[in-house]
Amino acid sequence: MCMLCLYMDKKKKTTITICLLLMSSFLYIAGTHLGFAWGPGDILVYETLYKASGSGCPCIHEVRKDEDIYSPILRKLFNESHHIFVGLQTIGEDLPSKNKKPQFVSISKNYRSVIRACMEELQQVSILLAIELIWNLCEVLFIDAAPAGSLLLHLLDWVRLHKADVDEKAREVLQSESPAEHHDYWNVVVSYVLQGRLEEARQMLVKQATLQPAARSMYKLMDTLLSKMPFYNPGGTQTLTEFDVKWRHWHEEVDRCLQDNSFASNKHLEVICKILVGDEDTLLEHKDLLSTWYHFLVTRLLFCHPTVKPTELHYYAQSCLTMFLDSRSVPEPLDSILLAAFEFDIHQVIKDCSIALNNWWFVAHLTDLLDHCKLLQSHNLHFGSNLREFLLLEYASGLFTHHSLWQLAVDYFDHCPEFGRVYLELQIERVPLDTERKALKVLRICEQRQMSEQVRSICKIMAMRALRNNRLGSALSWSIRAKDAAFATLISEKFLQDYCARGTFSDLDLIDNLGPAMLLSDRLTFLGKYREFHKLYGEKRSGEAAKLLLSLMTAKIAPRSFWMTLLTDALPLLEQKEVVHLSFQDEDTELTKVELLRLALARNLARAIVKEGTVEA
Amino acid sequence: CANGFADEYVSQKISKTRWRPVSHSSLQQPDIFATGSWDNEDNKISFWSIGNNGTTGMDDGFEGDPQLLCEHKHDGDVLDLQFLDQDRIVTASSTGAVTIFRHHQNSQTISVSQSWARAHRYPCDNAPCTGVVCSSPEIVTVGEDGRIIVFRADQEGVVRVIENADSSTIHAVTYLRTSEILTVNSIGQLKLFDFRQQSNSPSQILSLSGDRVPLHCVDRHPNQQHIVATGGQDGMLCVWDVRQGNTPFSLMEAHSAEMWEVHFHPSNPDHLFTCSEDGSLLHWETSSPSDMPSFLQGGRNNSMISRSAMAPAGGNQSLINAWLSGDSSKGRLETTHMLPSQTLSVNSLDVLGQCLVCGTDGEAIFVNRQVPV
Repeated sequence: MCMLCLYMDKKKKTTITICLLLMSSFLYIAGTHLGFAWGPGDILVYETLYKASGSGCPCIHEVRKDEDIYSPILRKLFNESHHIFVGLQTIGEDLPSKNKKPQFVSISKNYRSVIRACMEELQQVSILLAIELIWNLCEVLFIDAAPAGSLLLHLLDWVRLHKADVDEKAREVLQSESPAEHHDYWNVVVSYVLQGRLEEARQMLVKQATLQPAARSMYKLMDTLLSKMPFYNPGGTQTLTEFDVKWRHWHEEVDRCLQDNSFASNKHLEVICKILVGDEDTLLEHKDLLSTWYHFLVTRLLFCHPTVKPTELHYYAQSCLTMFLDSRSVPEPLDSILLAAFEFDIHQVIKDCSIALNNWWFVAHLTDLLDHCKLLQSHNLHFGSNLREFLLLEYASGLFTHHSLWQLAVDYFDHCPEFGRVYLELQIERVPLDTERKALKVLRICEQRQMSEQVRSICKIMAMRALRNNRLGSALSWSIRAKDAAFATLISEKFLQDYCARGTFSDLDLIDNLGPAMLLSDRLTFLGKYREFHKLYGEKRSGEAAKLLLSLMTAKIAPRSFWMTLLTDALPLLEQKEVVHLSFQDEDTELTKVELLRLALARNLARAIVKEGTVEA
Repeated sequence: CANGFADEYVSQKISKTRWRPVSHSSLQQPDIFATGSWDNEDNKISFWSIGNNGTTGMDDGFEGDPQLLCEHKHDGDVLDLQFLDQDRIVTASSTGAVTIFRHHQNSQTISVSQSWARAHRYPCDNAPCTGVVCSSPEIVTVGEDGRIIVFRADQEGVVRVIENADSSTIHAVTYLRTSEILTVNSIGQLKLFDFRQQSNSPSQILSLSGDRVPLHCVDRHPNQQHIVATGGQDGMLCVWDVRQGNTPFSLMEAHSAEMWEVHFHPSNPDHLFTCSEDGSLLHWETSSPSDMPSFLQGGRNNSMISRSAMAPAGGNQSLINAWLSGDSSKGRLETTHMLPSQTLSVNSLDVLGQCLVCGTDGEAIFVNRQVPV
């Protein structure tokens, strides 16, 4: 049972990733029993009671498998690429695929420029370099899908972009006192030739030629050869076949120079001539200048087979890889990914990248772009969604665990038609709501997607919190947003209880200004109307007050417990000359109230009878 | 970048951006702005420069991407930020604290000058402080606890507290006059408080007659103290005349989600700017009836409106303010989307002179140095 133990302690910043291959939930590490539990983006590892050795205090460790999202510079990558991603999803569906290709290529370049921008800021560049290298190759082979002729030119650009040290060396040489005598001079010239930058090679050679007037004719010959090498022009009128013929003629001319020993006296120029003719052994002698097998591949194609077709690439790629790596060195993950790309096996590329990289960013975005280019076969995975969606969901789920980047994840879920919504529903409820501002943003996301259950749940949480802190206005505001009648009722009950206890209303600014919100719940309506009754009474508009009170009683929206209070309120109206102040501390309060009521009602009835019977004088 | 905007991704969600004030006498364009972040484990306030006035040696024609000058840790989300004077800012924190930071220009460092922790609080919890406004040395803050607190910079304790000013969350506050403030809350009310009065009740309460939509932002017209603009949860822009009682004069549909900030342009108040959760930033321009007719040059996205006569610098002086004319269909109101493409929520904006800065949840700051006003 093999266990690689690497665990991460945030405080000490040592990184170890735990790789578990067990069925049981316990494992031994240095004599302690550990238990673990999976989280959405991390594992919680804890020491258990069943300790093999006694000492030490128990601790809980959080192991994050994706530390990248916490890097501030990579955050820029995530944000900028999110912007590009959203733009890509909205490219018009009405255009046929053919017309969209330039747009897709441009989007691919945008992604790559974002990667390069991050590379400039980050010290640890190797992983980003590799990512950009792979992406660039995928753009050339899959998205741009260059045909024979242009293909080699694109591959040349690709290699030149990723071998920037040539320019550095060249600068160094040129800035020295005597460039032609610099120890790196010939390395620079040969590197230029290997990259097909023949103009620059010629310019460098001129410096050497001036130093050796005796060998002028030799240098002139080399210059001519270099200047006459044909390069395919995709926009021109020349067909591929015509170019091929021209190229063969040139190739034969170079070969003749070699056979004639024209450069025999100058070993450097001889080497260059051999390179131009495509001699594999010479190329392999310059492994240190080529430094990678794919540079070797492109150079070999440049000087042996510039009209290479996309379908022929993988033969050359495989053989170049084998030739370049000697028997001792093992191909790295990057090599197999590039090889898979040359073989046009997109799925293999994605699979290898997923394994090699610890963050889903790259595969998710690349796969999405390739899917838009209609290059992925609809490949149903065991769990129902397709490859693109699976990767996007994985990436977005990782984002959601971040305290800040969760907002980006929402857009990714939106564009996963099968499971995106479900994932979002589950994740959005876990976002901690520390402030009202944050809760409002989360709510807006839910409302825009008609996630009514989540809306209610969030509003309820916020309303309960407000209620606990006695912020009745806030609580009501949240209930209104959720259209939660039950909670509105709860709040109104609290108000009414308050009134019963203290004899006055609190938070008048709220009750007086309920507006149409009053209709949310019966209890709330009652509260609003009851307060209105008090106001009317206070303004001595007894007639209207009485009418309102009567309607409150008859409308049956008053809670049962409140009936006594209502009837008590009616007392002063009935007994206009006597205002009875009730003392609430009295134990016989209820009985007293009933007695008083009976008395008051009887008197009022008497007065009413008298009034009705009286003839107006 | 398109539309004259320079953008910068800053690896933190920006909750507030504010220009440092420029002295009235100079004709300089603003140079330095401050930002506050939110939703981070470690939030920060930062000062940035856009290299106007030759402070950094940049070529002409360079758009002037914002350059970070210095930053400082901030405890809790920065829910509001205002410049107290040239060197100091006041922040409102989600922990309920109110803090004054000092920016030392010479060393480009920031230090905490004064702090009132837990200024806003519940009995057993923190209450976020949601808004701050200052008129040096007086500082007024409001919070989710419904309190209004008055501080003085350089004085330890609080000057005055209005407890239970509101039963709901107060989202924003602004000065109407030197001793009068206006607050907006989450049940859609505008409340005026007069500090000259002893009583803690508002002197006036205004609200819309319809639904009680929470209001999030408020700004007063620079020259006419009775005119305020508010924005709220439904994205509607309302312009009120506080003398005239309970109905707003203008109701305009602005955004499809919460409007977070509204600002009159401080020297050209015929221009108004709003930003919203829906990711848009709108530039509103009204023309008053007393001006010579202005002519438009193109469609909706063209923000060039020229005037054939120069309006007086303080905005129009006519009795009927153009904002209160109420009807946008009469062609006197022109709205422009300022940002080049849809972004995540634009949380904050500030405009001064010809410069506009805004911050988004997409962790980007946008600066425009040629706002057509």
